[in-house]
Amino acid sequence: MLNIRDIMETVTMIQEENLDIRTITMGLSLLDCADSDIDRSAQKVYNKITRQAEKLVSTGEEIEHMYGIPIINKRISVTPIAMLAAASGGDPVKYARALEKAARAVGVNFIGGYSALVHKGFAAGDRELIASIPQALAETEHICSSVNIGSTKAGINMDAVALMGKVVREAAELTKDRDCIGPAKLVVFCNAPEDNPFMAGAFHGPGEPDCVLNVGVSGPGVVRAALSKCPDGDLSEVADIIKRTAFKITRMGQLVGSEASRRLGIPFGIVDLSLAPTPAVGDSVAHILEEMGLEVCGTHGTTAALALLNDAVKKGGVMASSHVGGLSGAFIPVTEDAGMIDAARAGDLSIEKLEAMTAVCSVGLDMIVIPGDTTAETISAIIADEAAIGMVNSKTTAVRVIPAIDKNVGDELSFGGLLGSGPVMPLHNNRSSAKFIHRGGRIPAPMQSLKN
Amino acid sequence: MRAIISVVGRDTVGILARVSQACAECNANIVDVTQSVLQEMFAMVMLVDITDISVDFPALSQKLNDLGEEIGMVIHVMHEDIFNSMHRI
Repeated sequence: MLNIRDIMETVTMIQEENLDIRTITMGLSLLDCADSDIDRSAQKVYNKITRQAEKLVSTGEEIEHMYGIPIINKRISVTPIAMLAAASGGDPVKYARALEKAARAVGVNFIGGYSALVHKGFAAGDRELIASIPQALAETEHICSSVNIGSTKAGINMDAVALMGKVVREAAELTKDRDCIGPAKLVVFCNAPEDNPFMAGAFHGPGEPDCVLNVGVSGPGVVRAALSKCPDGDLSEVADIIKRTAFKITRMGQLVGSEASRRLGIPFGIVDLSLAPTPAVGDSVAHILEEMGLEVCGTHGTTAALALLNDAVKKGGVMASSHVGGLSGAFIPVTEDAGMIDAARAGDLSIEKLEAMTAVCSVGLDMIVIPGDTTAETISAIIADEAAIGMVNSKTTAVRVIPAIDKNVGDELSFGGLLGSGPVMPLHNNRSSAKFIHRGGRIPAPMQSLKN
Repeated sequence: MRAIISVVGRDTVGILARVSQACAECNANIVDVTQSVLQEMFAMVMLVDITDISVDFPALSQKLNDLGEEIGMVIHVMHEDIFNSMHRI
């Protein structure tokens, strides 16, 4: 029989340290729903999702009961809708309505994939879809949107970057009566992964199979608790503890993912090895960094501590799973992390530091509330900076900033649920980047040798 | 199919008896029991065969959770696979 200590460790992780499966996400190709008539195409989309994902939520709940581990979200990611809009033409918001209706019918938390991939340029449907994003996000509750504007192999599409600055602002303006929640569901990517189960950036890439199940694990609380038992160890020991803990967390993801895919009769895709925080106390990535010995997340040393954490999570998780993918690393979404919220409120965590942190961790400038008077060009410039970090370092980076319309530093926005709440953070300065952004064109793909 | 019942709390008389009774009522066969008492804190782990249980698994789990509240212990029932996958390679 199993060792009593091991059993109690698992029980404690789940009951007291917030270990959970963050999401099981069904990736669904909608390419076979393309039609020259947009209404017919949207109906096919609705039919396919409700048929394929009919049992997703109930299966997730059965597994929760059986294993006693919470599965917080059940989600769907679909083929970038711009591809369907290319075939059908018409107003892409019709697809958003069909997706919303399908999300409500099957009971999932989110559907991701109101997306376009424009890292090298715009194809049919792309511009129309991007222009419709603010309206689609304002009209719906469950739709998440993402746009990939750059990649290491293609460079950065600066025309798309300029466009996305405006789209982010407009999405905030259209939802200003709801704490500007629109842009909280919109991610601008460089090097977007095709199999990411996490929102808001999930979409089902064109290279994926027809239907697949991906899993995102969580567990910052477990890592912090494990580190707290080693207050004086050196950083080699810290890395080892994180690796061991990440291994155990990931095994849960592998188990739940393979069981869910077996029950649903669809292939198991990947486990995303991410440390995803929630606003709940005891589920914070910032608190892990502080447990390592930083007085506050955001002070000098934060980037180094995060680099160690991110790398150790991957090393521990890779062996625990048959296939690893998605974003895989530590997330640093400010409004979704109790420790980051506190650090941002106190002024200890700045956007400049967050930008540096994104060079060594999983995603990017995530869930950051910025002043309402920030211009579209400045938002585009923030996106360009972040995309450049991703492009040059061959990693995924993303921007999800929320302009707090009619608010400024000192005010707060609250989105509720996992999206959390947070203070408006000051930007570096008010100097303009407009001319640089208005130049448009493309930033060429970077050298991959002569690395310095 | 087997499940693990974990029971933690302050040591009192009759814990094993009450938990065993609840298992018997649901036709869950006890395969193995390990327990230890550390400074009055009682921890017991029970491996039970749930292949032929007379209620569904969530009902068994709920029944034991309720029993835990009644006798002032924390009781969880979880499928054996979750422990095997976490602690065995």
